Amino acid sequence: MTKKKIGVYVCHCGGNISDYVDIEKVKEAVKDEANVYLLKNTLFACSDSSQKEMVADIQTNELDAIVVASCSPKLHVPTFRGVAQRAGMNPYNYVQVNIREQGSWAHSDNPKGATEKAILLVKAGIARAAESEALTSSKIPAANVVAVIGAGVGGMRSAIALADMGTEVYLIEKEKNVGGHVANFGSLFTTDKMGYELSANLLSEVKKRENIKLFTNAEIVEKKGSIGNFDIQVKVDNDVLPLHVGAFVVNTGFDSYQPQQGEYGFGEQTNVITLPEFKKLIDNSSERLIFNGKAIKKVAYIYCVGSRQNDEGDNKYCSRYCCTAAIHASVQVNKKFKDVTNLHFNRGIRTYGKQELLYEESSKNGDIYLQFSLDSIPEITQKGGKTFVKVKDILSAGKEVETEADLVVLVTGMVPRENSKLASQLKIPVGRDNFFNEIHMKLRPVETVIDGVLIAGTCQSPKNILETMNSSMAAAAKINSVLTKGEMTLDPTLAKINPSQCTWCGKCAEACPFDAIIQTEFDGRIVAKINEANCKGCGMCTPVCPTDAIDLAGFTNAQIEGMIDALAE
Amino acid sequence: MASNGQPKILVFSTEKISDPALDLAGLLKKHYPFTIYTISVPCSSCIKPRWIMRAFDKGFSGVFIAADGTDCSYGESCGEKTSQVVTTTHQLMRDKGLKPSQLKMAAICSVCAEPVVKHLTGFMKELEKMQS
Repeated sequence: MTKKKIGVYVCHCGGNISDYVDIEKVKEAVKDEANVYLLKNTLFACSDSSQKEMVADIQTNELDAIVVASCSPKLHVPTFRGVAQRAGMNPYNYVQVNIREQGSWAHSDNPKGATEKAILLVKAGIARAAESEALTSSKIPAANVVAVIGAGVGGMRSAIALADMGTEVYLIEKEKNVGGHVANFGSLFTTDKMGYELSANLLSEVKKRENIKLFTNAEIVEKKGSIGNFDIQVKVDNDVLPLHVGAFVVNTGFDSYQPQQGEYGFGEQTNVITLPEFKKLIDNSSERLIFNGKAIKKVAYIYCVGSRQNDEGDNKYCSRYCCTAAIHASVQVNKKFKDVTNLHFNRGIRTYGKQELLYEESSKNGDIYLQFSLDSIPEITQKGGKTFVKVKDILSAGKEVETEADLVVLVTGMVPRENSKLASQLKIPVGRDNFFNEIHMKLRPVETVIDGVLIAGTCQSPKNILETMNSSMAAAAKINSVLTKGEMTLDPTLAKINPSQCTWCGKCAEACPFDAIIQTEFDGRIVAKINEANCKGCGMCTPVCPTDAIDLAGFTNAQIEGMIDALAE
Repeated sequence: MASNGQPKILVFSTEKISDPALDLAGLLKKHYPFTIYTISVPCSSCIKPRWIMRAFDKGFSGVFIAADGTDCSYGESCGEKTSQVVTTTHQLMRDKGLKPSQLKMAAICSVCAEPVVKHLTGFMKELEKMQS
């Protein structure tokens, strides 16, 4: 039955939508649409206050359907289905309209066009809501088993957290050893614990848990299925193991930026090295800091190498950890070796939170900080066998400063690891910065648009160890909360037969890959019937019916054709 | 036809695979003509020829099926079945004097932001030529 009292909410999303889409024009254009009973705009439809207002609207006005025009359905369908449910409305009488990803953002170059499109999309949403039906969800068994991809410190932390919550874990590491970069680190801020100790401790905890199976020299070679029921093939050494998992936590880490040949003299001058190389040098040296047989008395650190690049580089982002890592290295130098001067050529120090204490310690140690901008970067030159660094120091009103340095350390950041094979297998979206992309950095920070594929750690963005651990624990908690029930709630988008139109030709049964169509008797005739336990809601049976006797719930002819008519206006 | 005289394209995307690619295109600000509208369905093999014909009847110049291809979580037969939908619809289009090239199909994965934009902008140019 057509819904007569529809509530329509058009969201500004801060300015994400309203900076490009004229919300008032959208409201004006849809206010007289049939069955629209209530029409509101909202700054953030997803905010608690807006949700409460919607619940009150539905109850007070006895609305029988709602339309929310905001962001992608991938983001907030569960939010607004929850709103409908709390208000006593069937959640399937709510329709989401995407006027952000496929509206304001896709057409930010054309606000007039974006507005015109938004009007028609909202009208189509209203048409779909008018024909919506109350539906009831079904459930399928789900495996409470997670494949954690990558056994760095983040991956091991995810595995331990999952195991402690009762989830079975397959921890899959491509390399021979676990621990990733951290297993090769020495002293870590803030506790001075060694990186290799942290890695070893985590490995020890992994080994204590019977519900974690660790595979090294292993990688996924095949994946089929969907959330709750993925079948994967994992190559371990030369064997291929078939495994059944409910979800994935991808924690595959980062690569360090490798400077270009000649970038600040790298690859041309032997005493120009990267921060990871310098950290190894500190760890492997005792009493005196010696590089290439020469005692090092003056170290020049050049910051933001491979990060915060201009238009000529791909890496626009701040790599977050490197200011702290460089200052930590200089503090280690002061603790371990005598009479070494540290000169920090930076673009503004970003030692946020407790890391500021390290900056303070370095400053107290007498480290010298000089600041440059991207349009006037330090010059590294060789004169008489000596290395000099010259910079226009912003902190001295642009005064040109030149100093000799025994060693130049390029403070290199994190770059996305080459992971195209895994990204392709699991269909993990990649963002503008080429790191794996979450659905929403604040609202759904460890989920991807692929149900059952979560991301954590530095495969997602540059992070320090603390932040890696936080996101690894978050991913573990998130997916455990989904799988721990042992069953998944499916959308009730099941096929439905109109028996009076069915003449049983069997084509629908042939088309169905799940054996969900059986015969039954209706009015003395054999007709098709849906076995709801088997139906997955794909709709493959619907276009093959010669009498058009099958509809897919939520995608009925009336709904889709109503939308087409609205969009064609 | 839209207010700017541009042809209108109706895209049938799929909820889990090709619609996220269109979302990603928006996120990455990869622009395409605003007269491209999307209806998302669970699987591309559920698209009925009558829906496509309805779009043409109502004035859409082109219909693009952003199909799941081999990524379809409902099974490997999705691509073949979606092709069958296209074949059936092509015949209906011929009967109505429409050009089969007004209906296109391509497999679009969930991260295919750039390919889907290329497909759609290319299709728009073809339709503009047809219209001129």
